[in-house]
Amino acid sequence: MRFSPGDAVTVKDDWPETRGPVHIRTPHYLRGHKGRILRYLGHYPNPEDLAFARPAAERSLYHVAFPMQELWPDGGKDDEVVVEIYEHWLDQP
Amino acid sequence: MADDTKRSPHDLGGVAKFMCEAVDIEPHALTAFDREVDALSGVLRAKQMMTVDEMRRGIEAIPEAEYHRLSYYRRWIRSLADNLLRKGIVTEAELRAALEET
Repeated sequence: MRFSPGDAVTVKDDWPETRGPVHIRTPHYLRGHKGRILRYLGHYPNPEDLAFARPAAERSLYHVAFPMQELWPDGGKDDEVVVEIYEHWLDQP
Repeated sequence: MADDTKRSPHDLGGVAKFMCEAVDIEPHALTAFDREVDALSGVLRAKQMMTVDEMRRGIEAIPEAEYHRLSYYRRWIRSLADNLLRKGIVTEAELRAALEET
């Protein structure tokens, strides 16, 4: 587990879906955006590999909070979007 | 604003072009077909022939025009067929023969 609650993180600005068949669970609207770790949710076999019946290493999963206006300018000022994101999609900002 | 030009067709969250469309929140009655597809998917998972992740991959691989045209359970059956063919559990000839019988 690389991150702790409160840590600032950036979602990788990576687009594997443009390079071939994939199964990814990181929504497109979060790529490249800054958020904050809320909590660690456990570790699970990587669904990106499970989806192709490949051996799947376990990856840490977190709840990450993003200010709504960081994603959409017309979002509520105090609103947040909370999304489950696997650790390999997160970097230190 | 989110870059939604490179997304996969199924990755619909937050896409501006869907913002003004009313969300259909009416309950939908399940057809016999829907129930059969759901049961088949449950059997395949219980017998460890297909994971939910493989099922999702198959749904997400449906080309965009078809994806929007197909009903929820028609997307499922497309993925089930795709997964069973990929794994060789069902051959293309067997699937064609079964479809001709119905």
